This record gives sequence, C-alpha cells and structure tokens, in this order.
Amino acid sequence: MTTKSISRRDILKTLTMGAMAGSVLRVIPAQAAEYAHHMVAAEKAATGAGAYAPKFFASQQYRTLQALCQAIIPADSDSGGAKEAGAPEFIDLLTSENPKYQLKLGGGMMWLDAECMDRYDKPYLDCAPKQQEEILDLIAYSKNAEKDPGLSQGVEFFAFLREMTADGFFTSEIGIKYLGYVGNTYLLSFPGCPPVPEV
Amino acid sequence: MAQVVRSPKVYDVCIIGSGAAGGTAAKVLTEGGLSVVMLEAGPPLNPEKDFKEHVWPYQLPHRGVGVGGEHRHELNDEFIAPNGAWEIEGEPYTSAPGSQFRWFRSRIVGGRTNHWGRIALRFAPVDFRARSTDGMGDDWPITYEEVSPYYDKVESYIGVFGTKENIPSAPDGIFLPPPPPRCTETMVKKACDKLNIHCVPSRMAILTKPLNGRAACHYCDQCGRGCITASNFSSSQVMIPPAQATGRFTLITGAMAREIVVGKAGKAEAVAYIDKATRSEKRVHARAFMVAASACESARLLLNSRSALFPDGLANSSGAVGRYLTDSVGSAAGGYFPQLEKMPPHNHDGVGGMHMYMPWWRYDRKNDFLRGYHIEFGGGRGMPGVGDFDRICEEQEGYGTSLKQYCRSRYGTYIGFGGRGEMIPNENSYCDIDPNTVDQWGIPVLRFHWQWSDNEIKMAKDMQETFRSIVETAGGKFISRAKPEGRRPYGIEDGGVIIHELGTARMGNNPKTSVLNKHCQAHDVNNVFVTDAAAFVTNPDKNPTLTIMALSWRASEYLLDQAKKGGL
Repeated sequence: MTTKSISRRDILKTLTMGAMAGSVLRVIPAQAAEYAHHMVAAEKAATGAGAYAPKFFASQQYRTLQALCQAIIPADSDSGGAKEAGAPEFIDLLTSENPKYQLKLGGGMMWLDAECMDRYDKPYLDCAPKQQEEILDLIAYSKNAEKDPGLSQGVEFFAFLREMTADGFFTSEIGIKYLGYVGNTYLLSFPGCPPVPEV
Repeated sequence: MAQVVRSPKVYDVCIIGSGAAGGTAAKVLTEGGLSVVMLEAGPPLNPEKDFKEHVWPYQLPHRGVGVGGEHRHELNDEFIAPNGAWEIEGEPYTSAPGSQFRWFRSRIVGGRTNHWGRIALRFAPVDFRARSTDGMGDDWPITYEEVSPYYDKVESYIGVFGTKENIPSAPDGIFLPPPPPRCTETMVKKACDKLNIHCVPSRMAILTKPLNGRAACHYCDQCGRGCITASNFSSSQVMIPPAQATGRFTLITGAMAREIVVGKAGKAEAVAYIDKATRSEKRVHARAFMVAASACESARLLLNSRSALFPDGLANSSGAVGRYLTDSVGSAAGGYFPQLEKMPPHNHDGVGGMHMYMPWWRYDRKNDFLRGYHIEFGGGRGMPGVGDFDRICEEQEGYGTSLKQYCRSRYGTYIGFGGRGEMIPNENSYCDIDPNTVDQWGIPVLRFHWQWSDNEIKMAKDMQETFRSIVETAGGKFISRAKPEGRRPYGIEDGGVIIHELGTARMGNNPKTSVLNKHCQAHDVNNVFVTDAAAFVTNPDKNPTLTIMALSWRASEYLLDQAKKGGL
C-alpha cells in the first residue's frame, strides 16, 4: 500500500514538475502518463464510496422513484436498467440541492400518488402492474395532455423525469457500455474512420 | 523618530495577467534578460490535483453538472479546467438596460488558455486593411507582413497542426501534420466539396508530434479539461515554465490589480493590487508595465487608474478605452444523419476539438453582408454526458425498452455547426465603469453596452442557410431553434458568448482615435503596454488567441530592444 502510494505520488510529481514548475520541460513517457491518468481517476472515484442514503425523497417516495426510473429505462438482455445504473441516486442528490427540481420531481411524485389514489384507491407503488402501465401510458405522451388537460402536470413531470433518468443511465458505466462508446483512453495515433458505406 | 524608508524592489517589467498575452510576454522578456514580476488574480494551477482528464461522468456524484445540476447545458461543467466561469462570486459585472452581454473570465494561472478551444488561426492580409477594403471600421497600423514573422515564432514554439491550403482568407502557417478526420468529418467534407465550400484540416494548438519537450497528443478529446501531458497549448504549462527557468521571473498569485500608479513625471511607477488572501492592498514597482488581463479586464484597469494627470483613466486621452468592443458573430444549428446509425462502435475521440473546419470561402464575390465567417463543427460518438439525450427523449417520448433502444440508435448521429463571423465595431457596443457597483475588493466593475448591427444579423441568417444546405447535402435532417425574429434573430448569440471580446484599447497611428501605437505601447504613457486583444483594431472571423500571442511576442521584442538602448 505504502509502496503503491509513493510510486503514484512520484509519477504525478514527475508530470507536474515537467509540465508546470520545473526548469526543464521534459518528454513524459507514454506509459507513465497513462498510469497517472488511471491513478487520478481512481483517486477521484474513491471519494464518495458506500451505500447510498436518499437525501431528499422519503423512503416510500424513493422506492417510487426507483420504480419509475426502471420503468423508463428497464433492464433487458443487453444491459441493466436505470436502477442498476444509479439513476435514482443521481436524481435524488441533485434534487436535494435544487429547489426547482424539488418542486418538479417532489411535487410530481405527490401528484402521481394522488392521481393513483383517485383512479385505483392506492398509491402508485401499491397499484397492480396493469394499473401502473395504464397511468404511465397516460403521462408519457404530450398528446394525452392535449386531450385531457387534467393530465398536463403529470405529463410535464414525467418528461422531466425521463430526461433525468436518461442522464443518469447514459452517463453510468453500464449505460456508456450499452451505447457502445469507445474511448477515453490513451492512443499513440488516431486511426480515423473505419470504412462504412455511405460515410 | 524618523522612519526608515526602504526603497522597494523595482522589477524591469510588471505583467498583469498570465494568459496568452501575459505568458508570451513573460517568456520573451525573461529569456531576453529582463526581470519580470507577474500578477495573477487567481490561484496557482496544479494539474495533478485540478485536472479531471480521463475521469468518467459516473466517477463524479453529480456526473459533471455540479451541485443541484447548475451546470447542465453550461460550458463550465465539473470537467472543465479550473476557475473559468461566466459568473464569479463577489466579482460581478453589469449590463446596461437593453443590453445582453456575457463575460467568461478565468481566475487561475494561465487564464483562459486553460479553457480555450485551441483553434489557432492567422488573420489574413485583408483583415489588417478593413477600411481600405470596404470603407467600414479602421485599418490596423501594421500589416500582415509585419505580424507574419511572429506568427511563425509562436507556431514553431507552441505547435499547431494544419495543412498548406493557399486560401487567401486563411493564411498557411508552420504546421505539424493534422490528425485524420473522424467519420462525421469525412461525411461533411464530401457535402462541402459538392457545395464548393472549403473544408480543410483545422488548425489547432495541439501536438501531433512531440515538440520542445512536450509529449504528443494521446487523442482523448478532453483538451478543455486540461492536459496533464501538456500536449495542448496553455500559457500555464507552455509559457510560464520557460520564464521560471530563467530565474528572473516572480509570480504573485491571488493578486487583483486595482490601479496603475503614475508618478509626477507622468510615467507609470507601480501597480496597486489587492492581495486576496489578506484582503490588503500592496504595491509592486517596475520600470515598464504590460497590461495583459484580457481585453475588458485591461480596459477596466486603465479606466480605474485615474489621477490628476489622467482624470479619465490612464492612456485614455482619446476616450477610446472601452470603446470599439466586439465579439465574434455566432449562430449554431445541427443535423441528424441516419447513415451514422450504421457506424460500428469505434474510437471517435481524436483531439479535443475539430479535425476539419470551413474557412471563409466567399472572399472572391459580393455578399449580402460585409466581411466573412468560418464554420466549426463536431459531433458523433463522443463520451456521453448529462443533457445529451434531452432532444431524443423529447422526440420519442414514452418509456421502456423501445425508448432505451431508440436512444442507442440515435447516439452519435448528430453533428452541430457553429459559425464564427466578423463583427464591425459600432458606437453602441462598449464597456465603461458602472458608477454604482464595486466588487468585493472595492474595485469599480465594468458595465457592458451591446448592440448587433444589421450586418451581423445578415451574417447569422446566411450561416443558418449554409448549415441547412450542408446538412441536407450530406443526407441529414436539419435541426435549428433559430428564428428570424426575437431577441436573437437567426440564432445570433448574445454579445460575449463566443468569448472573443476585444478592441477596448485599440492601436492606431492617431493618438486622438486610438490608445496604443503599433507596438502596443500607450500613446500617452510610454512605459505602459497593452498586449492582449484590447489592442485589436478588427475582429475578423478568426479566433483571436494566436494573434494575441503574436502581438505580445512582437511588443515584448520591441520592449527588449528599447531596454537595450537604455529606454527603460
């Protein structure tokens, strides 16, 4: 452990000296640079470990958030869903810090439960899967609000939650893998475009 | 009891600001044998600690958008190199009623060179002869031929890739080889060829080969985060270190310049600055001063340096300080390209920015507007970020596996285009001192006045039409939020948004209409130089940084020459 952290510091120091403070600019070996990149990344990743405790949503509401996120981007044969990707944590964290999000998402979640109580006599989480699907089908499309203005708050809430869920999923490790992004690495030369018809 | 009066240390030159202009001056002056002290309003830079190069979004709890998502859709997200911001707490600026202006500032060693797009374009000969060419604006007191040797020096030292193209609007430089184009760029290039629009390798201050002790680029597309291997240009990593190596360089960080103090003989003697750490005022003495704090910050310092000799501010007998403020004309649009859905996953990163661009191509004919613009573009399979799927979600709606698959099919199929055009200075666009506001250091702040003229609006309209024709010729679907009417007709950006603000202490042969002579030396006070983009007479469709460095290098050599002759 000690050896590792010393060698890490040494490499980082070498880079810093070479680039910043040193009297001589030196060539930095490719491997050292790559190693340092991973070290910096690992160090940054290490802060904020541990199980997530919701900061804004109460436990019942947080479970509803998780269920909605997973409905928006579910697990399938290709990858896990928004829940596995940490989207609910991301959304809860940002919401806890932003009064506008608290209004949109906190309020929206209350709206959803109230609407489910009206329709099915149960909050969203306790509804049968068919009922959950029915209400989501209503608030997931803006054209429904044109027909029934009573749904417009729900539609607005869901549109925002959909964007936030997409943010949380597609910036996660599994989401990035699902998209097939290749990069954020160290190349000695850039290969250009692989041959593809029409491109 | 008599107080012991110790004579303060007097440096040869005091440079205010550590960015493109200040860094260049520091290197040239110290290597030329002068002692230099530099004031920087921000803290030192520590790449090891400060840069988020190669960090994934999921390694940050806020995924890059900061507390409460405040940087969603903003330039200054959590990944960007430190201390570049549209708003700085405790250091406001204001806009006059009816004016919209945004001011991006950096408080850090290296200034905005830590954040810039690394686009390094030479001005063309015609750009120095604006009035002679079309009767608008003014000519520079210098020609392309006089600046060209300094472009050579800057490019040779910092490293710029590009290709020789012989395009009159975009002079060739001393270039490293360019990286090969990405798929998106190959596709757009084909469309441009059909439309007779030049589309050529871009010119960027990023090393495709090792140069002067710096390693070559490793193609991670993250220049804006700061580069630990210093493979792209920043003043902090490329200009300051050689100055430090001379042993004649003193850097004072956390030093906010308040006033240039003038002696009885009318020469500048010292800079009064606020030491931010102690909130106390200090002075540093020198024989000559290079103001290089960025165009508007430099104007602010001159305007705030009022004295009995210079009641309207230092070097401002012409009244031109703060005037002639311009920014680039910017307008953006994009396209969706269905053929890109077939692209197999592959590394599309490349350098941090475009590999190809479109220099101004209609220089040989009469257009609906004067001057010209170039086009920057980018897109494709980049690292996903927060906000990237907003439009796709809005389009598709719904939820579930179909939404998830739709997002994947659309990933990497968008290309964005941005025009960067020339604004002609007008009397309604300038900055002055806000009579009612000071910052937390007690320094009066700038107030911006801004108005685009018809020429710029026509240019933005033309940009939108060109983007549409490129997108459609390339087989894409054109996407634009720009509308002909409203506050931002044809999507023209607010003043300052392109971050090419300049002209606020322009050079000229006539001391009645200009602040500086052709050596960036103040007409009124011969030991004060302004070497940032405040000195510019025109704002052609070329990103200003390369020219800032060329002019600062040139002014520094002039100052060295004067010093040798005993003129300091």
